[in-house]
Amino acid sequence: MSTESRIQIETKNLNVSFHDHVVLQNIDIKIPAKKLTAIIGPSGCGKTTLLKSFNRLLEIQDDVKIAGQILVDGKNILRPHLDVPDIRKKMGLLSQKPYPLPMSIRDNVAYGLRIHSNKNKDEIEKTVEHCLQEVGLWNEVKGRLHDPASQLSVGQQQRLCLARAIAVEPEVVLCDEPTSALDPLAAQQIEKLLLKLKKDYTVVLVTHTLRQAKRVADYVIFLYFGMVIEQGPADIFFNNPKNPETKAYLSGEIS
Amino acid sequence: MNRRKLRDFLGTKLMLVVTVAVSLLFFSIFFLLLFKSLLIFEQHSLTEILFSSSWNPGFNQFGLYPIIVGTILVTGIALIIAVPISILSAVYIAEYAPKKVRKVIRPFIDVLAGVPSVVYGLCALLFLVPFVKDVVAPWFGIETTGYCILTASITLAIMVFPIIISLCVESFHAIPLSLREASLSVGATKWETVKKVIFRASAPSVISAVFLGFGRAFGETIAVNMVVGGITRTPSTLFSPGQTLASLIVSAYSDMMSSPLYESALMMVALILFIVVLLFNIFGIFVLRRANKRWNV
Ligand SMILES: Nc1ncnc2c1ncn2[C@@H]1O[C@H](COP(=O)(O)OP(=O)(O)OP(=O)(O)O)[C@@H](O)[C@H]1O
Ligand SMILES: [Mg+2]
Repeated sequence: MSTESRIQIETKNLNVSFHDHVVLQNIDIKIPAKKLTAIIGPSGCGKTTLLKSFNRLLEIQDDVKIAGQILVDGKNILRPHLDVPDIRKKMGLLSQKPYPLPMSIRDNVAYGLRIHSNKNKDEIEKTVEHCLQEVGLWNEVKGRLHDPASQLSVGQQQRLCLARAIAVEPEVVLCDEPTSALDPLAAQQIEKLLLKLKKDYTVVLVTHTLRQAKRVADYVIFLYFGMVIEQGPADIFFNNPKNPETKAYLSGEIS
Repeated sequence: MNRRKLRDFLGTKLMLVVTVAVSLLFFSIFFLLLFKSLLIFEQHSLTEILFSSSWNPGFNQFGLYPIIVGTILVTGIALIIAVPISILSAVYIAEYAPKKVRKVIRPFIDVLAGVPSVVYGLCALLFLVPFVKDVVAPWFGIETTGYCILTASITLAIMVFPIIISLCVESFHAIPLSLREASLSVGATKWETVKKVIFRASAPSVISAVFLGFGRAFGETIAVNMVVGGITRTPSTLFSPGQTLASLIVSAYSDMMSSPLYESALMMVALILFIVVLLFNIFGIFVLRRANKRWNV
């Protein structure tokens, strides 16, 4: 990480538990702005939980306890009495499997716009086109914008979900293994998009394929059993890891 | 090995036989009712039966019009009361109530759905009839005995609540967490998510729930019979006594043996009930298909 890079998200002593089962412990991380940060670690180590804590999505589940601080642009988003939808709007989410909303292709992209902006019909139409262009879907769907989104292929759905996320102009895009349900070609498309997106957005990518992390990450956070074992710029992390557990994970001894 | 195959064979055949028997039952009931109704159709035209307003079996008058109007009013008003309230309450239970409240409420609702209708009828007789007579009707400046269309509708609405609530809560719960997250993560509020995503995604199940509620209200016999007034005159207000098709049968079946024509008339009423339920089921399937195609969820 270059020293002048601004910190977008920072956690201080973050602890999360489900039904009194501790899932994240003493998490202290820094995520740089306009970079791609990869969160890696074996299955069940808490990657998804960490990602969803950033936009306060954890609290919609039962029996979740969250303690500590999450600073976004220096402000603690866990403070009481905040406007939670506003916090969420700043962070787009791309989940493991695409979940298009039960409406047309166009309405999926316009969904957030209609909620947040008082743009008129033409402006919405333009933004929808722009976002679909951005994710490389426009040419594939421009003739069928009114069809249900569920008719698209899984890869197209995932790109649609990305278009839906960026339509409300977030600052951060949170991605939870966005390529794991896709075929290699569709996965490659998404990966390329993420690389393109980091010019304008802070991208946080959860992945459990090391190769993907190596290909795209600027900064890496390694989680293991709910704790941060090591974090740092990608080149140092991959070429010169300090922690023995990181070395073991990188060499494939633990997975 | 052979015994296992034999069992498999017998099991399959047994299921086939049972299935065929059940389907045959459907047709036998239909034809029995149709056959038994022939007599009345020989003497009275269908238009006369459906649109003449005097029902006087003793005087050979079999006009169902007042009873049909009564049935439509009672069922319709029951649904108008029950559907919005049940859906809102289901939304609250599934989406807003804290887990503890949810856990306590759900078993109660399931029990309510299973309470025999005569119990609802008795409670309505004790509380609702006087309530409508002494509180609701005076409000509108109308005098009534309390045994009327409105009382029957409210009774039915109360009976239909737990069915619709229970099915809707279940269908809201079946929606994946990730779909909610998809909506919330673009900054939608909870209510926006409910309105624009949850309702649509569960529309087919909610529609089925409403149809089931309709079936229960339309066919309900005993509770309605206890409070509707049992007068076969076209009701002039909601506070007038009336009669419904199902309730008519139960009021009259003890005298129907007195004349073959009377018997045939009641069989025809049963046939109408049968056909309406059948049509509504077909209509329900059609609506479901449309909803599925529209949103494809
Ligand atoms: N809603 C929940 N209730 C109870 N436990 C949960 C819940 N969500 C997650 N957990 C537990 O928290 C731990 C971390 O889960 P999480 O989904 O964050 O892991 P992950 O690193 O994303 O795994 P994967 O790579 O398989 O997606 C797991 O042990 C999981 O069982
Ligand atoms: Mg995960």
